[in-house]
Amino acid sequence: MKAEANREVCIGAGMCVLTAPTCYDQDDDGTVVVLRAEVAPGDEQAVRDAADSCPSGAITFVE
Amino acid sequence: MTTVEARSLPMTRTTPFDPPAELAQLPPISRLLYPDGHVGWLVTGHALAKEVLADKRFSSRFELRRFPISRGGEPFKPQGAQPGFFIGMDAPEHTRLRKLLTGQFTVRRMRQLEPRIEEITQARIEAMRAHGSPVDLVQEFALPIPSLVICELLGVDYADRDEFQTQTARLLDLELKQSETLAARDAVNEFMLDLVAQKRRKPADDIMSGLVQHDDLTDDELAGMGFLLLVAGHETTANMLGLGTMALLHDRTQWDALRADPSLVENAVEELLRYLTIVHFGTVRTAIADVPLGDVVVRAGDAVSISLPAANRDPSRFEEPDKLDLHRPTQGHLTFGHGIHQCLGQQLARIEMRIGYCALIDAFPNLRLAVEESAIPMRTRMAIYGVHRLPVEW
Repeated sequence: MKAEANREVCIGAGMCVLTAPTCYDQDDDGTVVVLRAEVAPGDEQAVRDAADSCPSGAITFVE
Repeated sequence: MTTVEARSLPMTRTTPFDPPAELAQLPPISRLLYPDGHVGWLVTGHALAKEVLADKRFSSRFELRRFPISRGGEPFKPQGAQPGFFIGMDAPEHTRLRKLLTGQFTVRRMRQLEPRIEEITQARIEAMRAHGSPVDLVQEFALPIPSLVICELLGVDYADRDEFQTQTARLLDLELKQSETLAARDAVNEFMLDLVAQKRRKPADDIMSGLVQHDDLTDDELAGMGFLLLVAGHETTANMLGLGTMALLHDRTQWDALRADPSLVENAVEELLRYLTIVHFGTVRTAIADVPLGDVVVRAGDAVSISLPAANRDPSRFEEPDKLDLHRPTQGHLTFGHGIHQCLGQQLARIEMRIGYCALIDAFPNLRLAVEESAIPMRTRMAIYGVHRLPVEW
């Protein structure tokens, strides 16, 4: 699985950082950054949950 | 096509923690009669609620907004958002203002505040001990903690709290007429304009001082943004601390579970947020295009109320939704909203609750209500649900 993020639509709510902290972080302005695009097998559900809970649709992934 | 009679929003609760029972009987989207006679919609299904909140064809602009219940017995007249009050705006106006603040409320920034929030919380525990049992948890603990924190963050003198707490209580009071709430709004605005002037003269290390550095923000916008943060920052968490404590004491097994295993607290906070959903109505959007939604078509101009309490108790999303269960999966609750307006301060609120509940359980493991549960005055006629007072003893 590959973790992706759209910084243009991110609103900085921080749900991804809470849900999938190995893959996502926020920069100083609060906008999402992908920490690690290659998702470890144990983190796949966390990335799915992060995409589900992202309020602005900024978090996506490719299976 | 069958015609279904539109009903007004169910408001009567039969228990302190459950939303009005009629909400659970409704289909995911149904017709809703607004106090001004408009027939719009009510969304109670979780999936549809999420869909509406994420779709920009449903506007948040206050000048279009109809309120699902009357204020002071009169229909609410749509009133444009004051400058800076970005929850009442759409993109790009909303985004321009919100973006200036997101960096202040990141997960990392909020975690850096933890030691200070611990200190503030412990000082309130000491104040409770100094007062002695019984005590009103709202006055001594639930309200001061988030108020102190947001004051420090913004750079508001806590000594001025009476002024803004009285006015924000009036803003949220559904028994007051719109003209009276507007007067309260103007008073808070004056207060914030004074603060802006003060920060321009003498900047300090706080959010308002940081905001005044932005040349493209007018004083009115700065005041509106500060106003929004101040109100959103204390009434919400205060009510979660008060009502959440009452819920944990009501089902003592939950209190004891958290006492036995403090590592449960993060999920406990999420579950209390879901179960109690204190923003109990007033999440409203206005369609600016015809939009198919579920098996209906919402027409441009229609008002759509989203019942967050009902969505958070949708059995298709949460098993046994009416049960408070600190161990359940809470992923996907909509208490902080969804879409571009989702709560900016949610990470701060989580930390305040986590620290607050833990400190209370740790300091007063045998805490209990000092009066019958039925004697607790509930905030049924306030825009944010909760308890007016919570007398507790130990």
